[in-house]
Amino acid sequence: MALTVLTVDDSRTMRDMLKHSLVAAGFRVLQAEDGLDGLEVLKTEKPDVVVTDINMPRLDGFGFIEAVRSDAERRTMPVLVLTTEADPDKKSRAKAAGATGWIVKPFDPVKLVDAIRRVAA
Amino acid sequence: MAADPMAEIREVFFQECEEQLGELESGLLQMENGSKDAETVNAVFRAVHSIKGGAGIFALDALVRFAHVFETTLDAIRGGRLAADPPIMALLLRAADALMDLVRAARQGEPISDTQTQDLVAEFNALAAGKAAAHAKAEAKPAAPPPPPPAPSGPPKRSWVIRLTPKPPLYAKANETALLLRELSLLGEIEVEVDASGLPDLADIDPEATYLSWNIVLSTDKDSAAIRGVFDFVEDDCDIEMFEQPDFSFFDGGSEPEAEAAPAAPAGGTESNAPAPPAAPNPVETMAAQAENASSVSQTIRVDLDRVDRMIDLVGELVITEAMLSQRVLEAGLARTSAVAMALEELEALTREIQDSVMAIRAQPVRAVFQRMPRLVRELAAHTGKQVRLVTEGESTEVDKTVIERIADPLTHMIRNAIDHGLESTEKRLAAGKSPEGQVRLTALHRSGRIVIEVADDGAGINRARVKQKAIENGLINPDAQLTDDETDNLIFLPGFSTASEISDISGRGVGMDVVRRSVQAMGGRISITSRPGLGSTFTLSLPLTLAVLDGMVVKTSDQTLIVPLAAVLETLRPNMSDIHPLDNRTSVLALRGGYVPMVDVAEALEFGNHTTPPDQCVALLVESEGGNRAILLVDEIQGQRQVVIKSIEANYRAVYGIAAATVMGDGHVALILDVDTIVSATRDSGRTDFNRSISQVF
Repeated sequence: MALTVLTVDDSRTMRDMLKHSLVAAGFRVLQAEDGLDGLEVLKTEKPDVVVTDINMPRLDGFGFIEAVRSDAERRTMPVLVLTTEADPDKKSRAKAAGATGWIVKPFDPVKLVDAIRRVAA
Repeated sequence: MAADPMAEIREVFFQECEEQLGELESGLLQMENGSKDAETVNAVFRAVHSIKGGAGIFALDALVRFAHVFETTLDAIRGGRLAADPPIMALLLRAADALMDLVRAARQGEPISDTQTQDLVAEFNALAAGKAAAHAKAEAKPAAPPPPPPAPSGPPKRSWVIRLTPKPPLYAKANETALLLRELSLLGEIEVEVDASGLPDLADIDPEATYLSWNIVLSTDKDSAAIRGVFDFVEDDCDIEMFEQPDFSFFDGGSEPEAEAAPAAPAGGTESNAPAPPAAPNPVETMAAQAENASSVSQTIRVDLDRVDRMIDLVGELVITEAMLSQRVLEAGLARTSAVAMALEELEALTREIQDSVMAIRAQPVRAVFQRMPRLVRELAAHTGKQVRLVTEGESTEVDKTVIERIADPLTHMIRNAIDHGLESTEKRLAAGKSPEGQVRLTALHRSGRIVIEVADDGAGINRARVKQKAIENGLINPDAQLTDDETDNLIFLPGFSTASEISDISGRGVGMDVVRRSVQAMGGRISITSRPGLGSTFTLSLPLTLAVLDGMVVKTSDQTLIVPLAAVLETLRPNMSDIHPLDNRTSVLALRGGYVPMVDVAEALEFGNHTTPPDQCVALLVESEGGNRAILLVDEIQGQRQVVIKSIEANYRAVYGIAAATVMGDGHVALILDVDTIVSATRDSGRTDFNRSISQVF
């Protein structure tokens, strides 16, 4: 059974890029354009891992992760933050919100896939 | 997926960049106009941030570095650490322009380098330095050095996942887990989670036994030996599993650590799982607030333009086929009330509806073009030393993409003209009791099936005396010509007219307003100017909403079927022989309501062979060219009106004199679409002897 990964990113470039990399790794890929969209997807889907951006319109990555963590059924879902932010403040905020891990863009597809496999288990 | 998915994604990236650049510019302009809306600043930040993110993927390093410096300043504004005062807004706008240049260059595959942006980067850095000096305290975000790396440098941090399971002797040796953890925390950032899953019921607890384990995530720049050192004394009294997260940084410094063989790395198994942190306290309020903004988002999909174009082509074919079918049914002599004819009528209505819907897909707001104008205005303002404020309205007015692409050029000229010739210098404005800042207002709206774009300035208005004098000097009008104000203003569109006493490098680029008018007319548009002395001038550009279909009058002459664009036809009449006055053996004019209009026999003009129908047996169409010239076109008969699909004749054959395009009729025959402008202007050339009158008919 292929792992299902939900990618949440407002950049189509990034979504396409992620999809390309993750599909190549044999994952099933779901996509959302921002945090709210991501929560919408989570209503019907139960991905094994979520990869989310931070800077997004409507609901940003922090809010998205908090929402995921406050949902009893999804609180243990691994959520990786994939972002260009290298700001330590942002990192601690993501951590406080309940992120599982933090990957800095531009990402190496191999490493990303590796990280996803690792947290999925 | 196509052969090269990366090339596709790259294309997506650049498309997205264009959108982001648009967002960036409009957001900055809103900020410049005093918007303090946090979401505006956020959107501006996100735009630059997204471009940076995408650029990283494609290793456009110079772009990444510049976007980073740009973004750092935006972030400071977003965080309230920097005020968006006018000098900073000006810098940001220039940075947006530079970012656009870098993106465009990258898209063209041109080399991009930091030298292109070094001046701006220096300004940004000076800004950050000034800010740092003002605030004695160190900022959370350091000022980016000239070539700032996307990630902060420093000793590489690594993340280690450690699982500590003490055995009874550990405690027996008076060791204490808490102390070990404190020791570990001195090495770096630490996260600890206790695993109490092994804890038995209270009744079963052995006070001497150990039941707890700790999952520790340590982020440190120290090596594994230092970590091992912490456990030096307890090594034999506990189980320690420790491995490095080789590439996946757990909240580490963001740098990519070199993979080093972890001492003990049983990858897989539950221990290696990242511990899921506990739920955040109560995010409900923030959620509700953010969800409120959500409902307004439109559901959109992106489709390759080629697919839409193909669909429009196909619908065009459908319209033609439908027309052919109607014709066949008519020829078969079926009654209008017959089931076939009624069904056909329905088909016709549906076809028209499909056509409208498909055209609507390709319709786009003029925003895409309008967004380019602020930059032009800034450059012109800097060049002329005038203070200019651009106001835009109706940016969401939609028009077919084929038209949008062709609006930019005339619009650029109109704005150039407005700033260069329309607006006065600051001194003159002050002397005239006006505000020093001139205004250029750019407006788009729909009016009777066309899009109308106006460029209005609040300058001095057209200097009619000078315009007239110039026109006389250049032999465009007779010295004694009586022109209305409107006619005088519109003289600027005549070929060979230039009002600038000396050629400035803005307007004097070899393109006069006559060229602009010609290009506008070529796509079925009109351009005109009105002016009020002392108050300003307004250019008005009117264009059809699409260049794909045309409402036409079907006429026949010399056994040829022609289409005359309906928009050009003012009225149709039967001429009386007594109203026809020959000027020479080729040209005649028709007396019409007290004036004279030149007559053109279309069959002769297009050289269809000997046309023998006497003028009074012909149907006369009073037409007006886009330039406002009138003429009578003589044809044999009018067959009706219909919407036709425009097929380029140049693309399929070659340019033909007097013919604008072609279409396929219901019976499958090709019909030519008349180029009214060419035909009408031919009458003006041959009527030079009577130039004064024809000029008065121009407007």
